[in-house]
Amino acid sequence: MDKEKLYIKSFCQISNQEVCLNDELIFRSIESDFNVFAKEIYQKFEIQYPKFHKMDALCKLAFLSSEFVLNQNYNSETAIILANHSSSLDTDVKHQKTIKNQENYYPSPAVFVYTLPNITIGEISIRHQLKSESAFFVDEDYPIELIHQQAEYLIKSGKTTQVLCGWTEYFQNNYQAFVYLVGKEGNVPLESKFIKERIINK
Amino acid sequence: MSRGVAITGMGIISAIGNSVEENRLSLLQNQSGIDKIKYLETVHQSKFLLGEVKKSTDELIDFLQLSSENHFTRTGLLGLYAVKEAIENAAIFDVNEEKTGLISSTSVGGMDFTEKYFFDYENFPDKQKYIISHEAGDSTNLIANEIGLKGFVTTISTACSSAANAIMLGARMIKSGRLDRVIVGGTDALSKFTLNGFNSLMILSDELNQPFDENRKGLNLGEAAAYLVLESDEMVKKYDKKVLAYLSGYGNFNDAFHQTASSETGEGAYLAMKKSLEISGLSASEIDYVNAHGTATPNNDASESAALKRIFQDSFFDFSSTKPFTGHTLAAAAAVEAVFSILALEEQKVWANLNFRKAIETFGLIPQTNIKSKNIDHVLSNSFGFGGNCSTLIFSKA
Amino acid sequence: MENLIEELKHKIVEVLNLEDINVEDIDAKDPLFGDGLGLDSIDALELIVLLDKDYGIKISDPKQGKTIFQSIETMAQYVTDNRTK
Repeated sequence: MDKEKLYIKSFCQISNQEVCLNDELIFRSIESDFNVFAKEIYQKFEIQYPKFHKMDALCKLAFLSSEFVLNQNYNSETAIILANHSSSLDTDVKHQKTIKNQENYYPSPAVFVYTLPNITIGEISIRHQLKSESAFFVDEDYPIELIHQQAEYLIKSGKTTQVLCGWTEYFQNNYQAFVYLVGKEGNVPLESKFIKERIINK
Repeated sequence: MSRGVAITGMGIISAIGNSVEENRLSLLQNQSGIDKIKYLETVHQSKFLLGEVKKSTDELIDFLQLSSENHFTRTGLLGLYAVKEAIENAAIFDVNEEKTGLISSTSVGGMDFTEKYFFDYENFPDKQKYIISHEAGDSTNLIANEIGLKGFVTTISTACSSAANAIMLGARMIKSGRLDRVIVGGTDALSKFTLNGFNSLMILSDELNQPFDENRKGLNLGEAAAYLVLESDEMVKKYDKKVLAYLSGYGNFNDAFHQTASSETGEGAYLAMKKSLEISGLSASEIDYVNAHGTATPNNDASESAALKRIFQDSFFDFSSTKPFTGHTLAAAAAVEAVFSILALEEQKVWANLNFRKAIETFGLIPQTNIKSKNIDHVLSNSFGFGGNCSTLIFSKA
Repeated sequence: MENLIEELKHKIVEVLNLEDINVEDIDAKDPLFGDGLGLDSIDALELIVLLDKDYGIKISDPKQGKTIFQSIETMAQYVTDNRTK
C-alpha cells in the first residue's frame, strides 16, 4: 500500500481539571475529585445520557473525551483503539473490597461489569451505536507506533474512514485522557511528535 | 487468493491436559476436565465446578525451573508454560533470529496472587514483589524476558475475545511485513476475583455447563493458557517449516448493545462471522465445523444461535462448544479454541458438545453431541467478550 | 407500606445511580424496567443484592426478578412478605 498521509480531525484532552478540545480550553474546574469534575462536565455540556452515572471513573473519562471529538465528526463505522497503563485497576480494587470481608459480603454486579478496560469501548459504542472494529491495549506508555499502524491499516484497507485512538488512563484520582480522531482529511497531520507532546508519560 | 497466515507451532495447558498431545487425547476420549474445586481457595468450594489446570502453582514453578525470587503469578506461569511449548513445537531455537513478537492477552493479570497476599504485604515483605505483577501487562513482559525475546511485545485486554484479537493483530503484522514471526494467544488463571464477580452476575452454573441446551443454567469458569506461532511464507520457506494450518479469515465487530449482555439478533457476532468469511473468500457452506463460543449462559447461546442462523440460514452445519471440556477460560478461550480447531483439522474430527440434551426451542439448533469424523478443510471459531467485543477466526487445512 | 415505598424509592435512586431522576417524580406503580425507569439486567441484579443486604431476602433465580421488580409497589409488597431484617 502506498504511503498515503493521514490526519487528525479532532482531538480532546482531559487532565488536571481541564477539558481542551483541539488545543482550546473549553472547561476548567476547581474540583479535584474526578467523579465530581466529570459530573460537572456532563452537566455543563448538557449531555443527557442517564447511563453515564452508572459508569466507573475510567469509562466516564473515556466517554467524555470521545463525546467531544465524535459529536462534530460522527460516522457510524468509526473504529476504536484505546490503550492505558492501569487497565481497569481502579475498579478492580473496588470489586476486591466487596468480596474480601466475609461479614459484609455483597459483591456488586454493577462494579464487576467495569473490571475490564475494554468496557470503555463498549460504552462509547453503545452511546454512538458504533458496531465497528475495536481493540484495547495495556502498556507501560502509549504505544504510538502500534496504534497508528493499526489505524493506518483499517483506513487503507477500506474497513473504515476514521479511527478513534487514544490514551485513557485512570487510577485513584490520577487521570489523563488524550483521544483523537484519525482520517484521510484534517487540519493536523498524524505525527508521533504531536501526540508525544500531549500525552504525559510517567 | 492467499491461503492465509501460516501457523507453525502451538502450545497449551488447560483443564484437559498439560500439552497439545494431552489435550488432543482428552478431546478424542470425550474426557472433560471440569470438576469440584481442588486448588482455588474459596468459600464457594463446595458449590461450583471449575476447569482447573491439574498442576499446583508450586508444581508449575518447579517444572519451569524458576528461582524462588521470581515474580510470576499463576497467570504468568501458565502463560510461560504454553509459550514454551509453542516455541518448541515451532522448532524455534533462537527466538531473536528473525523479527519476532509476542502478543498476549489476559483479564486477570496478576490478580490471582494479589488477592491472596493482599493482607500479607505489610507483614510478609517477601510477598511485595507480587504487587508489580498485578498489572495486566506484567505477565506478558515476564514471559518475554524469560524466553529472552527482544522484539515487539504487547498485551491485549478485551475480555473473552482477547486472544482472538491477539491472533488477528499478529496475523496483520505478519501480512504487513512488520514481523516475520509472532507468538500470539492468552492466559488467565482462576481467582476469587473472577469467581465472585461472575457469581454476582448470576451466570455461573453449579452443574456441568450445557451449551445450546434449552435448560442451560450458566457457565463453568476455567483457567488455561494457549499460544500459536504465526510465521510469514518467507520464514516457512527459509526454514522449511511444517505448517500446521493457516489462519485464513478473521473479523472483529462491536455489538454496541450492553456492557455484558449480547443483543437478541447477535449483531456483533453476525458481523464478525461475515467479515471473517469475506477475508477468507469462503462462503458459509464451505465451513466444515463451527467451534462456537457457547458459554452455556442463557444470553450468549441464544444470541449466538441467532447469529449462526443468520449466517448459515437454512443450511445444516456442524458445530459444538468445547467449553464443557475446559470451562470458560476467559482471555485464553479464543487461543484454546484455536488449538482445538487446528486439532480438528489434523484429526479430521468435529469435537463433541458434551452435556447436551435438548435444543433451544426458539432456534432448534442441535450441536454435534459426539465426535464426528468427516472431511474438514475449514473451521470457524467464535469468541465474544464483555464490552460487546465479538471476534471470529477461520482456520484452514494446510 | 407507605414508608417502605418511600424508602425503596430513595434506595433505588441511590444504589442504581439514577442521578437525573427525582424521587418525587417516581410513581409507585410505574414500571421499573422497559419504558418506566428504563432499568436493565445489571440493575435487576443490583436490586437482588439490595434485597439481600437490606432486607435479608435471598433470591437464587434471577428470572424471579421479572415479577418482583415490576414496580416499586410490587417490590414493596414482596419485601413486606419476605423480609427477615
